[in-house]
Amino acid sequence: MSKKCLVVDDSKVIRKVARHILETMNFTVDEAVDGRDALAQCLHMPPDVILLDWNMPVMSGMEFLRALRESDLPVRPKVVFCTTENGLGHIRAAIEAGADEYVMKPFDRETLESKLQIVGMA
Amino acid sequence: MSQSAGSLRILAGLLEARTGQQLATSRVWRIETSLRPLVRERGFASIDQLASEVLTGRQPDLVDRVIDALLNNETFFFRDHGVFQLVDSQALEMLRAARQAKQRLRIWCAGCSTGQEAYSLAMMIADDAARWAGWTVDIVATDISGGAIARAQAGIYSQFEIQRGLPIRMMVNWFDQDGETWAAKRDLKRKVQFRRHNVLDHPPVPGRFDLILCRNVLLYFPAPVRTRAFDRLHSAIEPDGVLMLGAGETVLGQTDKFISERELRGLYRPGGVARARAGKAA
Repeated sequence: MSKKCLVVDDSKVIRKVARHILETMNFTVDEAVDGRDALAQCLHMPPDVILLDWNMPVMSGMEFLRALRESDLPVRPKVVFCTTENGLGHIRAAIEAGADEYVMKPFDRETLESKLQIVGMA
Repeated sequence: MSQSAGSLRILAGLLEARTGQQLATSRVWRIETSLRPLVRERGFASIDQLASEVLTGRQPDLVDRVIDALLNNETFFFRDHGVFQLVDSQALEMLRAARQAKQRLRIWCAGCSTGQEAYSLAMMIADDAARWAGWTVDIVATDISGGAIARAQAGIYSQFEIQRGLPIRMMVNWFDQDGETWAAKRDLKRKVQFRRHNVLDHPPVPGRFDLILCRNVLLYFPAPVRTRAFDRLHSAIEPDGVLMLGAGETVLGQTDKFISERELRGLYRPGGVARARAGKAA
């Protein structure tokens, strides 16, 4: 059975590119436009892995991640940050908040694939 | 950019003479792409002019620069993640049991390119400190390209390079950020000895290794040269050592010096020892 990935990004272009890469890797892909949208989808039906942008309107990636990790979901989706916030401080904060991996934009297929392998999803 | 068939033959011949690597006809197009930056840097009008200059020998470093440019230095951290897990859980574990008395392991990364593979091994072992407490692990990493070795020794990677395959926690622990680049910390750099070396020459010091990684190197050699390379690797490996090749590479039909073992998929042992062990088990 294919694994489910939720792509959380306010950029339609990024969601489209990520969807294309993930679908060629046999993922089933859902999309969310901000953290609040993503949280609602996760609470309804948690995905296996979440590709998460940092800066989004309504609820940021970081706020979403904290809420996700504090939720009482029976499963723990893997979270891969995928962001232009490329400083060490941001990376450390993401790890501390419960991110499993971190992709610095821009990225290519090999990078994303390698990160999904690291978290056991590919 | 002007390039005659004669110039391409000269440059492909130079690569083969110096490294043993052969550019397949289907990959000759790479010559123009790979050499374009060097042509610009040296102010040549064309690839043809570059080839002529190589033949005159007036610029002593030009041949090395051409070779460096033509070699495929594609690599990344923990390339083929699953195989690295196998090396850690099976090959290294087997060698750890076999070397318990001396508590010393010697590893050779042959054709290490810009160093990511050797650093991957070094980090993997260092991050498992309790398992390797009291052990000395020597990692020798070699490549025929002087430019690649210089980059490996510097340990500086672009954002694109650093995140290909490298787990984020390892990146944070073992590298310092400097603007758009990431530099290996001194502690990591100390764990690997990088040297310029051709895999077809006598093995590097200390000459015998427990684990050899030679990944995505042999596929560029024509069959007779590949056989010679396997002979060299065989002369460098301990009788109970392990050879790791690239994902698309195999020893089958290439050499009888190494054989595969069922429990070590993707990894190879020197033929004689594995056969002796199999005989003993029967």
